[in-house]
Amino acid sequence: MSKSNFSRRGVLKTGAVTAGGLMLPTYLRADAHAGYTNAPQGDTVKIGFNVPQTGPYAEEGLDELRAQELAVEHLNGMGDGGMLNTFSEQNLDGTGILGKKVEFVTGDTQTKSDVARASAQSMIQKDGVIMVNGGSSSGVAIAVQGLCQEAGIIFMAGLTHSNDTTGKDKKANGFRHFFNGYMSGAALGPVLQNEYGSERSAYHLTADYTWGWTQQESMQASTEAIGWNTVQNVLTPVGAGDFASYLTPVINSGADTLILNHYGGDMVNSLTQAVTQFGLKDKVVNGNDFKIIVPLYSELMAAGAGSNIEGVFGSMNWNWQLQDAGTAAFVKSFGEKYGFPPSGSAHTCYVQTLLYADAVTRAGTFNPCGVVEALEDFDFDGMGNGPVTYRGADHQCFKDVLVMKGSENPTNQYDTLEIVEVTPRAQVEYEPDHPMFAGGDLGECNPGA
Amino acid sequence: MLGLNSRDFRLFLIVCALCVFAPILLNPFPVASSLGESFNAGYPALMQRFVIFGLLVIGFNILFGLTGYLSFGHAAFLGVGSFAAVWMFKLLSYNVVPAIILSVVVAGLFSVVIGYIALRRSGIYFSILTLAFAQMMYSIAFSDLVGKLFGTIVTNGETGLQVYNDDPQILMSEGSPTVPHLFGLEMNSAFTWKVGGWEFVFQNGYYLSAIFMILGFYLSIRIFRSPFGMMLRAIKSNQTRMSYTGLDTKPYMLAAFVISGMYAGLAGGLLAAMDPLTGAERMFWTASGEIVVMAILGGVGTLVGPVLGAGVIKYLENIVSKINDSILHNWFAFMPDWLENLMVTVIHPFIGKGWHLTLGLLFMAVVIFLPGGLMQLGEKIATLFGRKKKSDDAKSGATEPAE
Repeated sequence: MSKSNFSRRGVLKTGAVTAGGLMLPTYLRADAHAGYTNAPQGDTVKIGFNVPQTGPYAEEGLDELRAQELAVEHLNGMGDGGMLNTFSEQNLDGTGILGKKVEFVTGDTQTKSDVARASAQSMIQKDGVIMVNGGSSSGVAIAVQGLCQEAGIIFMAGLTHSNDTTGKDKKANGFRHFFNGYMSGAALGPVLQNEYGSERSAYHLTADYTWGWTQQESMQASTEAIGWNTVQNVLTPVGAGDFASYLTPVINSGADTLILNHYGGDMVNSLTQAVTQFGLKDKVVNGNDFKIIVPLYSELMAAGAGSNIEGVFGSMNWNWQLQDAGTAAFVKSFGEKYGFPPSGSAHTCYVQTLLYADAVTRAGTFNPCGVVEALEDFDFDGMGNGPVTYRGADHQCFKDVLVMKGSENPTNQYDTLEIVEVTPRAQVEYEPDHPMFAGGDLGECNPGA
Repeated sequence: MLGLNSRDFRLFLIVCALCVFAPILLNPFPVASSLGESFNAGYPALMQRFVIFGLLVIGFNILFGLTGYLSFGHAAFLGVGSFAAVWMFKLLSYNVVPAIILSVVVAGLFSVVIGYIALRRSGIYFSILTLAFAQMMYSIAFSDLVGKLFGTIVTNGETGLQVYNDDPQILMSEGSPTVPHLFGLEMNSAFTWKVGGWEFVFQNGYYLSAIFMILGFYLSIRIFRSPFGMMLRAIKSNQTRMSYTGLDTKPYMLAAFVISGMYAGLAGGLLAAMDPLTGAERMFWTASGEIVVMAILGGVGTLVGPVLGAGVIKYLENIVSKINDSILHNWFAFMPDWLENLMVTVIHPFIGKGWHLTLGLLFMAVVIFLPGGLMQLGEKIATLFGRKKKSDDAKSGATEPAE
């Protein structure tokens, strides 16, 4: 063991340092008095972009990140301002948020809830972010939303389409701009009735997780409302790769319509197999031409499925081909920076970042409770979706939904989908206590420390 | 002291000191500096992971390091422990004591059953059996088959299990904390100490986890030095010869398997106690693989190696994965533009989403040049700089395999 020599000087020195050290914390804990977690200090404010950069939804995540970086540029007054110029609220003037320059940190969720939470925690505890934006996959979004609620941080959800995000898992500190499974069903129903009549039998293949379940439930309800018959619903594991064994029974089931409640790579695989391997599109059942429906579309999936999506119906939150001023401004600045049009998930993350900045400006504070109040029942326009409302009861945005169809004659590689109908918002609205959304509790806004 | 020889006791004290002062040691840079923004790891969530995964791999090392049986399904016990803990939060209250106790018990029960079957085979077949069990448990949890059987929710599938406001929580009274707590001591409350530009966060949850890791570490030293540990090493050396001498190795194997399963359950319970949400992905085979990588990276069969391996991987996953190009540009801003861009281009593949690549290269380097893991590196450095007399002292951290 070591032996120590005490000297008078040594003892005095150690004593003084210890005493000083013990006294410091008592008056240096200033941040605790701001009244909420991570109150911005100095002339900058930090926000966190938590998206999948690896894993099955990496493509979507990286596109989200591009849009988020663009949003920060616009908030800080760089670039051409994008949607800031078309946004119905003109509070943001390119000087950051409340005069503070916006900085951001990024994290990789890997499309796993645990990793996403670890990454969000590091943003909150280490980087001191005031808001987290992102989350592809509903499971991840729900997990991170819960975390932000506990930590007292605002969560602006990105790509999450499950009814549960603003249904039974809704949280006061979480907001979703993206549409949901119910809205897809409600928008698709009438279009499908128009196109395919009301005498059909549907067979569902459904991704086995929260999004798949609620998406299937919504589609079944809306197709049965137009008189269709549901033959069967088969759950398939996420990332199955080969769907042949699930597709084989479809032909002899008596169904004449296949509804693929799949997303990302799963949808690309199942649709490709259904069309090329089983030739379902060329079959005739019950005197009807066999049809395939993909309720939730994205540009990246459409590109992956190639010509197989020709004539296949689906729905989207937003598409770059829309003609309004907001869309034009966003597509222009995104295209100039990156050289291709933005995807729907990029749009939703971009808009969410601007909406947060605007809510802070209107509230005059970064305090989450102030932001929640500013966003609840907030009406805005000029962000590419027409007039939109953030409903206070469940923090879900209500806006028009796009019904899409795979292009028959694409003119270029980005022109894979065409807009069939812009379903008016009134048609996709529902009550907060609708059975598909009931059971949750928004709780109180939590400002944290 | 404490039944340890002086060398082990010194090692134990070092580990204790590292745990206690981790919030300071892991934050070597001032908060506002660019190094601090990138490399400081002393925030509670990451420190919790360091000690919890350290605990997990310490347990894994009792099985793999001593007996040489490579379990490729240890994450299953971690997941089971987490589920048990979250259910305690849902049914009883946010007090972590019942949660942690049940997580250890449940993981122990599962490991008795799985161990009993899997230990009928050795070598690669044992690994495959454990992997198969873990994947079965993952699938059951992911699709919530148990829940569907009873028409309720047990694991809640892909969404994961979390506590809702309308859960029973029968032991909750009016004033009870609504976050995990130890008899009122909230896990997520912390004390922040600011000194100059530095900021150190001392969090209750971290220290609770650290106490458990220190206890687990102490237990592991005792097992390593016990006749039981010697028996396990003998199994690693030559199990057949053991059987020929008339010794039944099965009970020893099963005991080691269950102990390491309970360690994993405890780690799972602690993870849930720090962050009351869990999901099936915690049981996925990549999570099991990560445990194996942690052990090998740190040094299989050594006492502190596993903790080191867990620390390195969690550091890379949480710190390196968050470095992005704009941070790189800041670092190299002093260089001429062309050099700055060149440096960023060169480093780009290894940061952010490329952290797996960095980990892979590090792992390859360790396996090729340091088969004994990072602990071997420590030894080499110690022998390089140490005096002659130190040569055996340097091994203090590393227990040599028996063969």
